[in-house]
Amino acid sequence: MPSKPAISYRNVTKSFGALRAVDDVSLDIADGEFLAIVGGSGSGKTTLLRVANRLIEADGGTITVEGEDVQNIDPVALRRRIGYVFQSGGLFPHLSVADNIGITPKLLGAPATEIAARVDELIELVQLDRAAHRDRLPEALSGGQRQRVGVARALAAKPRIVLMDEPFGALDPLTRDALGDDYRSLHRRLGLTTVMITHDMTEAILLADRIAVMRGGKLLAQGTPSELSTSSDAYVLELLRTPRRQVERLNALLPQSGAA
Amino acid sequence: MSFLNDPRWGEALSHLPDYLGNHVRVSLAALALGLIVSLPLAILTRNRPAPRAILLALASIVQTVPGLALLALFYPLLLLAASVTLKWFGVSFSAFGFLPAMLALALYSMLPVLRNGITGLNGIDPALIEAAKGVGMTERQSLVMVELPLALPVMMAGIRTAAVWVIGTATLSTPIGQTSLGNYIFAGLQTQNWVFVLFGCFASALLALAVDQLLGLIESGLRNRSRLRAGLGAIGIAALVAATLVPTMGRSSSGYVVGAKTFAEQYVLSALLRDRLQAAGLSATARSGLGSSVIFEALKAGDIDLYVDYSGTLWANQLHRTDIKPRAELVADLKMALAKDDITLLGELGFENAYALVLPKKRADALGIRTIADLAAHASTMSIAGDYEFFSRPEWAALQKAYGLQFSAQRQMQPDFMYAAVASGEVDVIAGYTSDGLIAKYELVALDDPKQAIPPYDAILLLAPKRTGDERLKAALSPLLGKIDIATMREANLRASGNDANSSPDVVAKWLWGKVGGR
Repeated sequence: MPSKPAISYRNVTKSFGALRAVDDVSLDIADGEFLAIVGGSGSGKTTLLRVANRLIEADGGTITVEGEDVQNIDPVALRRRIGYVFQSGGLFPHLSVADNIGITPKLLGAPATEIAARVDELIELVQLDRAAHRDRLPEALSGGQRQRVGVARALAAKPRIVLMDEPFGALDPLTRDALGDDYRSLHRRLGLTTVMITHDMTEAILLADRIAVMRGGKLLAQGTPSELSTSSDAYVLELLRTPRRQVERLNALLPQSGAA
Repeated sequence: MSFLNDPRWGEALSHLPDYLGNHVRVSLAALALGLIVSLPLAILTRNRPAPRAILLALASIVQTVPGLALLALFYPLLLLAASVTLKWFGVSFSAFGFLPAMLALALYSMLPVLRNGITGLNGIDPALIEAAKGVGMTERQSLVMVELPLALPVMMAGIRTAAVWVIGTATLSTPIGQTSLGNYIFAGLQTQNWVFVLFGCFASALLALAVDQLLGLIESGLRNRSRLRAGLGAIGIAALVAATLVPTMGRSSSGYVVGAKTFAEQYVLSALLRDRLQAAGLSATARSGLGSSVIFEALKAGDIDLYVDYSGTLWANQLHRTDIKPRAELVADLKMALAKDDITLLGELGFENAYALVLPKKRADALGIRTIADLAAHASTMSIAGDYEFFSRPEWAALQKAYGLQFSAQRQMQPDFMYAAVASGEVDVIAGYTSDGLIAKYELVALDDPKQAIPPYDAILLLAPKRTGDERLKAALSPLLGKIDIATMREANLRASGNDANSSPDVVAKWLWGKVGGR
């Protein structure tokens, strides 16, 4: 029997008025797994992510985090123990990089010297320059640097689970690529469980162990990329066709590199 | 004499610690109260659109009430409240001066604080509030650590606007008995002392500017997390408060307070009364520029100890009588009626300050007008000007009825400007005051009232209920009774309306005593 899942959704539903944002979804995310939730806008993927740390309260079903029903955990305490990376950073513009990173340990009441040491460690970890960035305000940073701060902030309180809401969506392709790779290796090194939302199937395939596909509030399919490719669902196949076509076209257009 | 060497600057300066101190105290107290009420309201309603809209609408309505009216409204309101608390709890409080001024100004300060507070808090990117929640902040932590700091610049702009408004509007609290820099302005306007008017305006503008800059310093300190700047700003404000508290420490509050309404004759008479009390070894101060509806209530409540009013005014406004009696009879009736309220009518000063219809002597002679009855035939082609209350007073109705007066137009004017207006032909007739020195100065004539439609207006000395048995006070004042004839008062008023160093009420009061003291 495999170890208990880090996050488990059982028949979870959430409506906003007449709209069923999440419709009877059941999904397990294993400990140490990197899961990508893929879907278009309005598919319910963001709602599915946010009911996990109770940024949004589910209407029905059960969600457990590390075996515990989230309804039995104080939502503030729950959020402090789960890292969350926001779309385009969500950094507090009036706080320095260091204060942004150290915010959750501060909320947890860690002593200032400990926070400072942790902040330095995290700045190194996300490959920012301590001297150049530590005391700057977020506005002085590039988009990629800001998202690195966002990742550092999510990791500050040493969570075992990290939720990411389209973290690399707004970045240019090169930065996005580098950041994705860097995060992937952090995920492995720190033994994290990561759930990442993206609308980009290519990104999902490149980074995640497993992919869940959402559409109209329903979970259409889940599995590794190769499992998904055997799906009978037209929408899932359509989603997979895009990266395939990209590869074929790239292969046709780019001369084969001599080094390979 | 050069304008800058004018000794009235020195006189103005000598009042500064008192006026400025009171002004700062009432403004900052009002601002503090306004903030204590508005900021929590802004925070509480930030996510509640309906109460927020109602609150903003209410604050906007308050803002449309002119400052002077708002301040004046608080006086009767508090009088009512004071009588209610007296009845229910056996405690009363003074509805005069500081309290109504502070409450009205606090109300006045609320709109900018509320509006900017709400705008500032609502203007925050919802993604940041979501992020605050996401990193594990409670609602309170989100408010303190994220929302308030981000809304700070907009909120501080509102607080600074409120501060400037309150300090400016506080000059209007003089008529309800709160000493302020407005004392310069009201006294200056009434006695044509432009040095005082300018001094008052500059002083309140400078104060507003200084407080605004100090608040700006605090804001920039908070924003840039510079303890130094925020500290300097806070120290500046604290120093301002401390500096204004010092001069009043030594001042005794046990003395007699002499009230005065808002015109030159009253300023002169209150200075005269104060001088007489001081000469008798009693400590006394003058509280000038009180609204004519406020001053009687203030005497009744004991907020002032004595003042000069006019028999006809009380007859109509306090006793609500419309019949007219001969001078002596009217005073006697009034004395009995006031005694019921424990107010002592000590006696008449000797002159009358009645309303009179006034026009240039040359014009009157040319048209053969000597009495109001003569005027009635010409009135339909003439315009008339009166002070702000004249046309709504019973005397005006009585005049119209008795003589069938019908003017082609009627205008309201600042009393001091009426005489120049009628002299220059701007208006044909004015409702002037018989004791006004300007009648002689501009060669005007006051028309006779053969049908006695206008009641007598003897200047009478009134004492507050708590001074009923105060023989020392009465002895100090009795040398004045019956001594001031109309010619002397007119000359005193003419002197007070001049625009030079000898025209200050204090100087004129001394001149007046020189004339009547030996009689």
